[in-house]
Amino acid sequence: MPQNKFKVVIIGSGPAGLSAAARAAYYEKEHGESSAHLLLEAFSGLSKTIYQYQKGKHVMDEPGFLNLRSPMEFAAGKREEVLQAWEQGVQQNGINIQYEKEVIGITGEQPDFTVTLKDGKKITTENVVLSIGLQGNPRKLGLPGDDESTFVRYTLEDPDEFEEKTIVVVGAGDAAIENALGLAQNNTVYIINRRNEFTRAKEGNLNAVLSAINNKSNQFFCQYNTNVKSIQLPQSVDEKGAIVLDTPEGDLSINCDCIIARLGAIAPRRFVESCGVEFPNDKPDSIPDLDNHYQSNVKGLYIIGALGGYPLIKQAMNQGHDVIEFIHGKEIKPADHPLLEQQFKLLPYVMDAQDILELYQQRVPMFKRMNALAFRELIIESNIVIALDEQGYQEANKKQELAKAKNYSKFTKLIKAGDKIFKKEEYSNTFYTIVEGEVSLTTEEGKSFKLKAGQFFGEMSLLSGRPRKTDAIAGNDCILIETPRRIMLKLMNSNDEVAQGINRISTVRALQEAFNPNLSSKEMLALAATVKMVEFKANETLFKEGEKGKHLYLIRLGTVSLAKGIKHNKRVTTQLQSGELVGQLALMGNPTRTHTAVAAVRVEAFKLNLQQFLTLIKSNKDQIKVLQSDLADLMQKSNLMGSVYESVDINKFLLKQGLGEATNALVIDENLCVACDNCETACAETHSGIARLKREQGDSFAGLHIPISCRHCEQPHCMKDCPADAIHRADSGEVFIDDSCIGCGNCETNCPYDVIKMSYDMPKKPGLLAWMFLGLGKGPGELGNPVIDAKAKDKGKKAVKCDLCKDLKTGPACVRACPTGAAIRISPNDFVDLVEGR
Amino acid sequence: MFENLLKYKKYRYLSLSLILIVSAAVIYLTQGIEQPANGGTWQGYTLGIFSAFLVLLLTYLGIRKRSYSSRMGTVEGWTSAHVFLGTSLLLIATLHAAFQVGWNIHTLAYVLMIAVILSGFYGLFTYLHYPQVMSKNNNGGSQESWLQELAQIDDEIKNRSGSCRAEIRLLVLSAIENTKISGGLFSQLTRSDNSKIKIQSESDKYTSNKNQERVISYLARALPNSLNHAEASAIDGILSKFSRRQRLLKIIKRNLQIKAYLKVWLLFHVPLTIALLAALTVHILVVFIYW
Ligand SMILES: Cc1cc2nc3c(=O)[nH]c(=O)nc-3n(C[C@H](O)[C@H](O)[C@H](O)COP(=O)(O)OP(=O)(O)OC[C@H]3O[C@@H](n4cnc5c(N)ncnc54)[C@H](O)[C@@H]3O)c2cc1C
Ligand code: HEM
Ligand code: SF4
Ligand code: SF4
Ligand code: SF4
Repeated sequence: MPQNKFKVVIIGSGPAGLSAAARAAYYEKEHGESSAHLLLEAFSGLSKTIYQYQKGKHVMDEPGFLNLRSPMEFAAGKREEVLQAWEQGVQQNGINIQYEKEVIGITGEQPDFTVTLKDGKKITTENVVLSIGLQGNPRKLGLPGDDESTFVRYTLEDPDEFEEKTIVVVGAGDAAIENALGLAQNNTVYIINRRNEFTRAKEGNLNAVLSAINNKSNQFFCQYNTNVKSIQLPQSVDEKGAIVLDTPEGDLSINCDCIIARLGAIAPRRFVESCGVEFPNDKPDSIPDLDNHYQSNVKGLYIIGALGGYPLIKQAMNQGHDVIEFIHGKEIKPADHPLLEQQFKLLPYVMDAQDILELYQQRVPMFKRMNALAFRELIIESNIVIALDEQGYQEANKKQELAKAKNYSKFTKLIKAGDKIFKKEEYSNTFYTIVEGEVSLTTEEGKSFKLKAGQFFGEMSLLSGRPRKTDAIAGNDCILIETPRRIMLKLMNSNDEVAQGINRISTVRALQEAFNPNLSSKEMLALAATVKMVEFKANETLFKEGEKGKHLYLIRLGTVSLAKGIKHNKRVTTQLQSGELVGQLALMGNPTRTHTAVAAVRVEAFKLNLQQFLTLIKSNKDQIKVLQSDLADLMQKSNLMGSVYESVDINKFLLKQGLGEATNALVIDENLCVACDNCETACAETHSGIARLKREQGDSFAGLHIPISCRHCEQPHCMKDCPADAIHRADSGEVFIDDSCIGCGNCETNCPYDVIKMSYDMPKKPGLLAWMFLGLGKGPGELGNPVIDAKAKDKGKKAVKCDLCKDLKTGPACVRACPTGAAIRISPNDFVDLVEGR
Repeated sequence: MFENLLKYKKYRYLSLSLILIVSAAVIYLTQGIEQPANGGTWQGYTLGIFSAFLVLLLTYLGIRKRSYSSRMGTVEGWTSAHVFLGTSLLLIATLHAAFQVGWNIHTLAYVLMIAVILSGFYGLFTYLHYPQVMSKNNNGGSQESWLQELAQIDDEIKNRSGSCRAEIRLLVLSAIENTKISGGLFSQLTRSDNSKIKIQSESDKYTSNKNQERVISYLARALPNSLNHAEASAIDGILSKFSRRQRLLKIIKRNLQIKAYLKVWLLFHVPLTIALLAALTVHILVVFIYW
């Protein structure tokens, strides 16, 4: 059969692909063509990623400020409703979709692409839209008959679907273990491990699976060192099939009802690269370079949705619509164009928003060579800030009020000239770029310097997670781009030029701060270019006591602990943080290291040799005295701490508990705590019925107890992969989750201290009188087992964690509710006091 | 860093109480000697009104403790004030009563107050003493971790018992199933152990397995009589696990006991407070009516 050539083939029927296909179908009808578009989906149904959400999950339509622009419908609702609406949408829009067509290759260029399917079929097309998401495809067993079926599965939606069956789970990672344990309640389960241990599992899962295996009363068995040799599909639906295993004792055949293989996913990057698409660097989260039209470096190959770096459904759908417009040669403005206009509204230009965008990109050397799409996203996600004099401010403010009535959600941000953009000690971590005017920074010592258009500031807190060290004061009429941390980190990960630009300047500034040299900026830049940045994983050693040292380290991120003594008798004496020097003694007289330095958490540091050090201090002789006196203080502190045997162990314990990267952590003195749990109750009562601390859990040492509760980390691990950008740090340091959480659970996994829990809304408590006189609900201080109502179930579980009571004027309720003074909150700066006080 | 509730803010409320006590004494002494001191003089009234005010203030702790977003000081501050002012009340109210006692409602109020205060003293003692005891008892662990370890050991014992003859297996299971950790408040306080075991070879009835002693001694005696090597090693393993179990149960029960000590006195302190408030109300009414 001669194959016709499609105008566009869309690969992947997630929200992005579906929306694109619907728009393509619209053009097809309008142009009276037939089969000009084709949507290929590897899975047997629509939108596998969404299909795999847990049953009944509430799908959110964040971000709220963005309007949907797609022929397909989408509104927040249950997973089932969303999928059903899309299924209808496929019919109504006349989408030409083929299921179970996995694409394994794309070759060629516009207008001659060849798309190769797994079954060997080839399809030709003028354009390709790649919207395969980021979930990747499950690794298959690689045996005849291993295709996804009711017998062989690569996912498990609901363990309760099985009862009294025999099930073989293949794999040894967390997913395999969790599935196997879930099934073990009501079934006979075999878990097949290729190795002789469960090496890849989280500790909790590891313990659980081992105890399940060891428990002989369970029908739960493990085959170690075993591979799958072959599978026999069942003759009919109700019959059992079999799996043949290659075990160290020889072949073993198990009759079973189902095989669940959890062998991990193959990340899509390799496949994308095989199509000729280039990535800017090797970082795992790097995103292919795309132009204004979502086109990759391969002409005619467009990338949209999660794969293109847009992690939410609505964004993906809008792009699906727009990309088809571009393919049809329509220069439409993206759906978020009005937002851009609102953001620029109060600037003193008579220019189109797009032109301002281009102007700004040219202004900042670091951004000049960024791709236009990425810069656009940067601006959309940022605030545009303008500083005006009193009169200008009042006038602009009036205009703003008028605009606000129109329900836009983004505006030019107004401040008054001379106001502080940020203050010393503040925990904000946004990044600022100056596009017009001047900003002056004032350090703690009162030194002040000016920055001009094209320069940036605020990178120190961004990189270290530590509070601001300077005041930043807005000059008259200056205009700034204020970029949130998440966007900046994403940009640095995907754009080497930006990363290097920021690193270079931040090195200069860090050296300036630490050594206060008298060098010209040219000399500083030259020196900074020779300084290396080194990274240490948690527990990695920087140097050992007794070694000859040739370098000193200036910490940029994390905490380094200094210890004295040998192996079993190692005593942690001090910890040093961002902005502090480690090992400077080696360059200041004594080349033999007096301490062992270990990274308490992940550490980034500048490594300086003698020559670099001399260049820095020679220029300013006074600074030598400062360095010497700092060093003397350090030595004194460290010897003090090292002399009390117990205190040293306490230090070690605190660091192990993550207090080295904490900014504010709850510590309980066991010698005072009367176990009344008023702290926990107070937390629940002030946070809609859910306590965010677990007093009885967590570790203790020497009478100090660190309950399970948020440490408000310098660089919060929980923020890492939040698709909704729902986790923030307040200026005063609190890490909190806002209402836009979509309940994906990433943060729960990412927090190393087990702090975040996914939870339903708790029932509202009655008023005091209703409780007292009508006996309604629970009274103050009573928690018990609340009944989750249908509405809360409908809304689904959301992430909850401690917010340090930032909305209470009083400060942390836990501490204030403790009758005995047992509960306090500390930061690493309080270690010395804490330890000395024992 | 940590400040216990007596030392709170450098003994702020101790100082306040001392001032109050001295002032009360001065007021009392101004009554002179012509007329015997009593509640009816202006001095007596002043001390009386002040005492009543103190009682209300002390009672208010119960409310403040549950006003979780209150901006009125910390609960620790309130408790510190409570303890010292409560103690000063003992003196101030006694001066108000001017040592006049009899079988009447007035004395009832006074006696109830003394009872509340004494129970308070005992409570304060538990608050200051037992946390340390519990910390030592836990030695780095926590009730939660002990219970977890216990559950794990129980699983392990159940597993290993699979290699023993039925008699031992059943016995071991019955020992686990009939281990009583926590009973009512009374059994928590006394750490009474109602654990049982059923030894079929001896009787059909359950016998006491207090402190797991019965099962341990049984296993120890069964060890030399094991059927085979596999059983011997299983019994040996189970025996050592039961010993650990014994230790764990001890720690857990001690924790429960301490927690009970820390709470049980409030069962006197609070109801007595309510009784005191009632008696105090009557006392005041009576004084005004029969004036
Ligand atoms: C647990 C969880 C909860 C989430 N909750 C929300 C939420 O509430 N709201 C929200 O806005 N976002 C949410 N997200 C994010 C959202 O799911 C993604 O942003 C969105 O699915 C991305 O859409 P996409 O079209 O780019 O890719 P996907 O939805 O991942 O779709 C890709 C499709 O391509 C198919 N495919 C892959 N490879 C091939 C191939 N080689 N050949 C053919 N087809 C292929 C896949 O089978 C799949 O159907 C959540 C994510 C997760 C993991
Ligand atoms: C007439 C005098 C007193 C009255 C009316 C009184 C009343 C109360 C009340 C109502 C509570 C709250 C209990 C709860 O809500 O759990 C309380 C708690 C307490 N009282 Fe008293 N009390 C008095 C004297 C004392 C004295 C003299 C002491 C000790 C010296 C004392 C020590 C305590 C302590 C330690 C608590 C527990 C605090 C806590 O856990 O929050 N009380 N008292
Ligand atoms: S939730 Fe966890 S990762 Fe996030 S700030 Fe708190 S302790 Fe750190
Ligand atoms: S569950 Fe956590 S990571 Fe996921 S959206 Fe909510 S806050 Fe973000
Ligand atoms: S409120 Fe204080 S005394 Fe009570 S459990 Fe919490 S830390 Fe312990």
